[in-house]
Amino acid sequence: MSAQPAEPTPPAPAGGEAALEVRGVTKRFGALVVLRGIDMVLRQGEVLGLVGDNGAGKSTLVKILSGFHQQDGGDVFVGGERVRFHSVEDARAHGIETVYQDLALIPQLPVFQNLFLGHEVTTMGPLRFLNKRAMRQLSRQYLDEIRVNVPSIDAEAEQLSGGQRQAVAVARAVRAATKILLLDEPLAAMGARESRLIIDLVKDLASSGRVSIVVIDHNYAHLFELCDRLNVMQGGKITIDQQVHETSLEELTELMVSSYRRQLEDVSSAGAG
Amino acid sequence: MQSGAQTPAAAPAASPPGQRRALSLGGRILRVFLYQRELTPILITIGVFVYFWARAGSATFLNSLSLSSAAGFAGPYGAIAVGEVLLLVLAEIDLSAGQVFLFCPWVMYWMDNLGLPLALSILIALAVCGGVGAVNGLITVRLNVPSFVSTLAMNFILFGTVLIASNETQASPIPLSTSAPSGGGFAGQFMGDWLWAEFAWLVAITIVVHVMFSRTRFGVRIVATGGNLLGAAEAGVPIRRVKVWAFVICSFLAGLMGIVDAVKYGTLDPGNAGVDYILYAVGACVIGGTALTGGRGTVIGAFIGAILIGLLNEGFTLIGLSIDQFYVAVGVVIIFAMALNVQFDRMIARSRAQ
Repeated sequence: MSAQPAEPTPPAPAGGEAALEVRGVTKRFGALVVLRGIDMVLRQGEVLGLVGDNGAGKSTLVKILSGFHQQDGGDVFVGGERVRFHSVEDARAHGIETVYQDLALIPQLPVFQNLFLGHEVTTMGPLRFLNKRAMRQLSRQYLDEIRVNVPSIDAEAEQLSGGQRQAVAVARAVRAATKILLLDEPLAAMGARESRLIIDLVKDLASSGRVSIVVIDHNYAHLFELCDRLNVMQGGKITIDQQVHETSLEELTELMVSSYRRQLEDVSSAGAG
Repeated sequence: MQSGAQTPAAAPAASPPGQRRALSLGGRILRVFLYQRELTPILITIGVFVYFWARAGSATFLNSLSLSSAAGFAGPYGAIAVGEVLLLVLAEIDLSAGQVFLFCPWVMYWMDNLGLPLALSILIALAVCGGVGAVNGLITVRLNVPSFVSTLAMNFILFGTVLIASNETQASPIPLSTSAPSGGGFAGQFMGDWLWAEFAWLVAITIVVHVMFSRTRFGVRIVATGGNLLGAAEAGVPIRRVKVWAFVICSFLAGLMGIVDAVKYGTLDPGNAGVDYILYAVGACVIGGTALTGGRGTVIGAFIGAILIGLLNEGFTLIGLSIDQFYVAVGVVIIFAMALNVQFDRMIARSRAQ
């Protein structure tokens, strides 16, 4: 039992084992301050769970790491190297793939084209003709391999059920991720059987040690099964950093409540003063 | 909603695998029409063709002058429509393309008058049109002005520019046209003098754009951007770049056909307004099966739509009806086509699993 103090100590300088490191990252949208200095380390081969209330800034942090948003301040390191992502393509070039909360599927495109969106198999040259046959074949092969069941790889995403769509979105990211996988509520619309499959898929990937994973979820049972470590985000900061095998759901809840109380007291005393 | 117990399905299919094949014949035919949007307008066009053929007498209607006249009518609208499809799929629109169509030959004419070689004049004119498209696109994506407004403004700017620069006087002869010194040769025939030149250009443009739209990464990116803007951006599609290039292509094609059309007629009238052209072109897109909601569209359909409008125009004249009735017919066809598109989209949405 080593419950850490609620205020996390700044992480050690990026060692060789840090796949991803975030230092003092801030982000605001107009007057709304969403991230107030995020310090986070994702170790090589680790599965890190990110929990917190709605509006705590989890999705914003993920979108900064995926290159969709740009941080206002602070630094991001991938494999010890300082990086600055200007686009999703930049992040992808560093082996980072993301499953977004809204899934980022195109309703009018068939499953196989959604699976290869942004990673199309094309001919060389400026015209980039699509190799649909190769993409179809690879899609079928891959979805069979990970046991994801869709009516047809030629079915448009619009025709899939919520769970099927989610499975396709996760499959796309898992297939393409070479270093880091970011999962923003990958299990939200899924039934028990579907969740099981995705959890196993992520565990498989994690056990290969090749890819390090950040996962946001609200289901603690899933997180405790999936993750090596949990970070709690409250009010745009990471307030709790716990190894999963050193804590329990009860202890974590306790820590979150006391941290939340402390925040409230800070706010009210600041208001009084 | 349980799937077979043996397969640990991530997402249980709503229907057993065999059921798709078990669709009735009618169901299968409907599926083909749902996903091959060009099919309906093709059938309608063939029907209209047969109707006029029977009404006007085959000798009159199949007369090459009649047919080439219908094809010539379709040429400008078709070329603009084919480019416009890309923008409609992006849930954007270019209202200036008709004016670009009229503007391009003016630029060629002015450059030629400056004493530049004709080939260079044409290239400059086309580059200017591409530039107009780039400006349309950049205003739209950078300043967040809806393209309906940015291109409407561009339409007026180009119209006024021609009036000012031409001093409101007609230009003739257009280089390469039969009455011009440079006309009469192969280049003139190729660029518009030949009876079927405009139609041949339309066919070529349609094929190139169709292949680009359905067989290249750029085409996928257009569908992705138009189908789910945020999702496409999250998936790494450079949505702004895709939009700007689509505007460039649309303008370029309109300008290219503008030159062919000007060579064909030999004179330029600064008072011509491009709005007519763009309205027919959007009509052709809709008739062809392109919804204005983004994410779906067909280049071949736009081509067919333009042919249908051309056939109606020529056919009504041949069977002794006036242009007035033609307008009513075009209106009816557009509404019919759009209603059908909407129904088809709803059927696709309803056919989703679960």
